Amino acid sequence: MSRSFAHLIVAAAVTSLLILACFQVPGDWNWSGVWEYRQKFISGWLVTLGLSLAALVLSVAIGLIVALFLGAQNPLIEATGRIYVEIIRGTPLLVQLLLGFYVIANAVGLENRFVVGTLVLAAFSGAYMAEIFRGGLNAIPKTQRDSARAIGLTQWQSFRLVILPQAVRLVLPAIAGQLVSLIKDSSLLSVIAISEFTLNAREVNSFTYSTLESYVPLAIGYLMLTLPLSATSRWLEKSFSYER
Amino acid sequence: MRLTIKDLTQTFGTTRVLDKLSIETGRVNSLALVGPSGGGKSTLLRILAGLDIPTSGTVTFDGTTLQRDEVNLRLYRRTVGTVFQSYNLFPHLSARENLILPLVHVHRLSRDEAIARVEEPLRRFQLHEHADKRPAELSGGQNQRIAILRAMVVRPKRLFLDEPTSALDPEMTAEVLDMIEGLKESGTDFVLVTHAMNFARRVADEVAFIGDGTVLSHGPAESVFENSKNSRVAAFFQQVLR
Repeated sequence: MSRSFAHLIVAAAVTSLLILACFQVPGDWNWSGVWEYRQKFISGWLVTLGLSLAALVLSVAIGLIVALFLGAQNPLIEATGRIYVEIIRGTPLLVQLLLGFYVIANAVGLENRFVVGTLVLAAFSGAYMAEIFRGGLNAIPKTQRDSARAIGLTQWQSFRLVILPQAVRLVLPAIAGQLVSLIKDSSLLSVIAISEFTLNAREVNSFTYSTLESYVPLAIGYLMLTLPLSATSRWLEKSFSYER
Repeated sequence: MRLTIKDLTQTFGTTRVLDKLSIETGRVNSLALVGPSGGGKSTLLRILAGLDIPTSGTVTFDGTTLQRDEVNLRLYRRTVGTVFQSYNLFPHLSARENLILPLVHVHRLSRDEAIARVEEPLRRFQLHEHADKRPAELSGGQNQRIAILRAMVVRPKRLFLDEPTSALDPEMTAEVLDMIEGLKESGTDFVLVTHAMNFARRVADEVAFIGDGTVLSHGPAESVFENSKNSRVAAFFQQVLR
């Protein structure tokens, strides 16, 4: 049996069980009420998609830069990276969003809540990425840098052509996991009144009083974002794979 | 090449690995550095190859003294080639891509020019069938020969080989040694750190015996191997050549 066929069978079994369980729920389902608000789901999903994509790209960039900070010889640069990571990882995203929007963005005159939301989300995820990248970069043997220096590569070339491609392969699964978390964490952006997917689903719930009917589409919508990401990551892993 | 080293000292923390080492070679094609492990051979080779900066002292090749800053040393490294004991090929690239990388990114050849340049050496050393394989799919001997080719395709002024056969089994050692012997025939200058004494005797114009961070004996191969006046050197050879 092929692997993807096996995935399909297990996914179908789980879905069937869930549907069966749904039929056990007392009372009637009110899908028609929720269907009226389908546009709200679609627009929320698109906002989440856009925010997540932007934050995803930004967080990878932040992660890489901070990982380089963490490995820097200069103690001030290393300290900057370390303190950034510890503050971000040690505080709730909820608080970061509130402080980011009402305090920091306000202080620098940034009013667009989508931009602020994306930046905070990217900064949050970037701190986790930084530690993942740092681990990957440290795992590349010193002899590889030696070899790169011996053939006359500059430090930047050595990083770009020799170290990074090897590190990426090592960290890919962890990075993919972090990106899936990022997409789900984007639901917290509702606290600064961004009409993303979760907030819109909650609104539909408050209009229709149909809680499960409002939230089931939410689960499906998030899976539609995270499953392609996982698939892409597995494909990348395969194309990057080689024995050491 | 003509190599002059003056009072070369290298310390790591409180350990003095090279201690005012001095040597002056004649005009030679090949120089072998031999001696006990931990004596400072590899440390010396890394300095000669421009990979490390010595604590003090100077190294002069053909009248040009090596600079002590990374920028100039990098320019120097671009004119020479270094081969390591454990090959140090890039595992994410195929054998061919390993050869092409320095040509394209350091020596500014176009990709097509680089591919054309590596084709002939790959064939000459019967490696072209393996050119699209990654290092993990090649034997140790094949890897080391690719590593030597990587150092050679940039047409370096001289090569530095750091125990190129000590990670290999006897059969693979032979194929790598054949290749190094070919270097000598083609007139490529090289400095070789090795434990293969008979080979050193055969290929090296001059041999330097390095021990305790200094030169204990130096001269033409025969004189070092057979007539060294230094008792430590004589004892060492008695031990390893019996």
